[in-house]
Amino acid sequence: MSNAVIIKDAVKRYGDFTALCGVSLDIREGEFFTLLGPSGCGKTTLLRMIAGFNSIEGGDFYFGEKRINDVPAHKRDIGMVFQNYAIFPHLTVRENVAYGLKARKVPKAQIGPKVDEALELVQISHLADRKPNELSGGQQQRVALARAFVIEPSVLLMDEPLSNLDAKLRVQMRSVIKKLQRRLGITTIYVTHDQEEALAISDRIAVMKDGHIMQIGTPNEIYAKPQNPFVAGFIGVSNFLDCDVKAAGGKAKVTIQNELSIEVPACRDYEGKGSLSARPEQLFFAEEGMPGTVLFSTFLGDFIEYEVQLDNGQSLIVNEYTKDTSDVHPDGEKVHLRFDPLRVSLYEAGSGEVLSL
Amino acid sequence: MKTKLGSRWRPDFWFFAKIIVIVAMCLFIVYPFYTILTKSVFSNKVEGLTLYNFIRFFTKPYYYQTLIRSMVVCFATVFTTTLIGVPIAYLMTRYNIPGKKILHIFIIMSLMSPPFIGAYSWIILLGRNGLLAKLFATFDATAPTIYGRGGIIFVFTLHLFPYIYLYTSGAMNSIDSSLEEAAENLGMSKLRRIWTITLPVILPSILAGCIMVFMTCLADFGTPMLLGEGYTVLPVLVYNEYMSESAVNPYMASTLSVIIVSCSLLMLTFQKLVVDKRNYTMSSMRPPQETQLHGWRRFAVSAPIFLVVFVAFLPQIVVVCQSFVERSFSGMVKGINLNNYRAILSRLGTNIRNTYVFSLIAIVFIIILGIIVSYILVRKKGKVANIIDTLVMFPFVIPGSVLGIGLIVAFNRKPLILVGTAAIMIISYVIRKLPYTVRSGSAFLYQMDPSIEEASINLGVSPMKTFFTVTARMMLPGIMSGAVLSWITCINELSSSIMLYSGKTSTIAVAIYQEVVRMSDGTAAALATILTVTTIISLLIVFRATKGKVKIV
Repeated sequence: MSNAVIIKDAVKRYGDFTALCGVSLDIREGEFFTLLGPSGCGKTTLLRMIAGFNSIEGGDFYFGEKRINDVPAHKRDIGMVFQNYAIFPHLTVRENVAYGLKARKVPKAQIGPKVDEALELVQISHLADRKPNELSGGQQQRVALARAFVIEPSVLLMDEPLSNLDAKLRVQMRSVIKKLQRRLGITTIYVTHDQEEALAISDRIAVMKDGHIMQIGTPNEIYAKPQNPFVAGFIGVSNFLDCDVKAAGGKAKVTIQNELSIEVPACRDYEGKGSLSARPEQLFFAEEGMPGTVLFSTFLGDFIEYEVQLDNGQSLIVNEYTKDTSDVHPDGEKVHLRFDPLRVSLYEAGSGEVLSL
Repeated sequence: MKTKLGSRWRPDFWFFAKIIVIVAMCLFIVYPFYTILTKSVFSNKVEGLTLYNFIRFFTKPYYYQTLIRSMVVCFATVFTTTLIGVPIAYLMTRYNIPGKKILHIFIIMSLMSPPFIGAYSWIILLGRNGLLAKLFATFDATAPTIYGRGGIIFVFTLHLFPYIYLYTSGAMNSIDSSLEEAAENLGMSKLRRIWTITLPVILPSILAGCIMVFMTCLADFGTPMLLGEGYTVLPVLVYNEYMSESAVNPYMASTLSVIIVSCSLLMLTFQKLVVDKRNYTMSSMRPPQETQLHGWRRFAVSAPIFLVVFVAFLPQIVVVCQSFVERSFSGMVKGINLNNYRAILSRLGTNIRNTYVFSLIAIVFIIILGIIVSYILVRKKGKVANIIDTLVMFPFVIPGSVLGIGLIVAFNRKPLILVGTAAIMIISYVIRKLPYTVRSGSAFLYQMDPSIEEASINLGVSPMKTFFTVTARMMLPGIMSGAVLSWITCINELSSSIMLYSGKTSTIAVAIYQEVVRMSDGTAAALATILTVTTIISLLIVFRATKGKVKIV
């Protein structure tokens, strides 16, 4: 049976250092939920608190209705995939996968078929009798996966499971994991620092920084509507532009270096300095707009990445898709830049609180 | 202190394990040493607390000369072993020396051989009536004497250079070759590369080897006892003083013990100060390649190594040969036969049995304690673990004879009388040889990823059961290779046994010593052969089991 995971005000301290400052999460049954953030943000700490390997200094952890704070790690009924796989080196692949079933006193007659089925699902049936040191990284990864889900846990935890694989294998395993999770419907909490991986694999993402949650949302929400400059900068690439804002009655008048004035939908009234963030693909070349000079261009196949220096000295990254244009702007060309006011994000300059809708 | 909200603290297995380990260590290490400390500030000449013995030690040449001699022997041996060990390590790791693996095994075997066998064997060769001495005499030449300072340093050097070799070659193998290539690329000549890059980087390891040599020299009793002939060093003086004092109040022997331990501690602190400042952690991506030499160059590089290894291993060959030679009372050869073995079996069967039985019992305790202590040191870090670490490693700085005296003065009265029993012998073995197993076990555990244990717990196996089914099982190779070293040093143990044995609990090592003193060469050789052969077989088993990767140091 899969379970919802509810965390209320989780606190973790190491001496004087507070690694988690009251984090709350509401993870739905069967959801693929990712904790994403730079190293040291507390994502692995939180995962290990859920697993029972870190003590809980404050807050309540629930699996469904059941509070698990005081349940020892080996009784929490969680499957976990470790960063370095943690395959038992002295056991064969089959014995590794059967290990959790034996611990659960599953009758012997059922263990065999269950293990076979699990190995079949991750496509390593032919390796069943090998020892771990005879396996490649990707194969060990599959063993770790099979071992974690074969016990049909109520929650599956994954701690940067793909970080030790090469780029190609990483993309391949990412879809293996996603499809498997869909098929088994186990509530899954996944930790990664790789934003691309998080966007690709998750139903919802919690972006974390310094022990706080910065934003929770679907990949699309997080990418398109980052709630603060940190999320805007961490997920994908964002260009930040200083601006003056005059927001009233659901509309904000934004003026950038007295050159460009646009209207952006606003969620509240505000007047003062602001910061506008635009993705490289939301900026485009136009007849008029912010004047600047092309510094450098990189041809990347499906798009061209330009570094443009505005006349006020600020550098911006602009992507232009090759399907939309046929010529490359040469270095040194004078250009004007505009952007779609409906697809940018606007923040207060000091607090970083969001102003755009 | 961490506060754990909502979870009650319950004493677990490790809580009791820590308590038991600490209590045992306090009883058998701290308490005996504390007793020695208190005895050292008393004297039968003066009432009450007094530094009388210390003053006597530092004013009477008879006493302080032994300290000077000990220091001379120790530093001279450190010097000579480094002079031999470092070049051999360099050549063995960097050139295609023929039979490299076998040479390596032979070097380890000479180190692990019973320490006093070297002395005994060289007496057979170069002593009065020695084989080589006689050979020299037929040419009207005088063989160099093996007795006195020179002989002690010579025998120590051949026995202990493997320490330097092992530490140095270990470090040489972990240097990434890019380091030297970078120096070469920057235009350094080969010799200057060794001098400016290689040596400084491996210096901490060489120093670690030096400290091992120093400690062993300072503590060794058998070699200077057999070869000294008036050149009395500290451990021999401890033994002599102890024998001339009453067993209950060995005041002077205690004072001497405190002085020896202070010397070891001083050296250890010095080494820590020097090494801690320059400890380089390296991840060797590409270990250095060996240079292929051919013809006379290869011979010139290999020959000195073969010579040193041969001379170092010679004592064991001599002893084995000697064991089959029956001699008359005057030393004339009566025949080549097994009579020496018949003699020891009928006369010294108890000693042989004792050696194996005591060592086996000790090894069982050492393995169990080794697993538990290693685990505490690596996985249960904290104040208690630090205390245990210090306690377990403390016997490392206590010479065997000192520990022996400590155990005697501590356990010769009620409520716990152990003197003269087999128990006290076994206890002394466990305490002195446990560090080998703990070091090897904890080094092994350090490389084991903790997430393997977590994976087991996560899959529903309780921490306790995980420890026994996964952790202990995986630690076994590390523990066992340490345990074999503990075992070898147990069967060869002399310096504490000679203090602790009684008629019924005497061992082979003690008997060899007594037979040599009694000039009964044949039987001593037969006994020594038993030890040597056991040692070699045990070592070969570890080499087999670990595919030659056993870590001696």
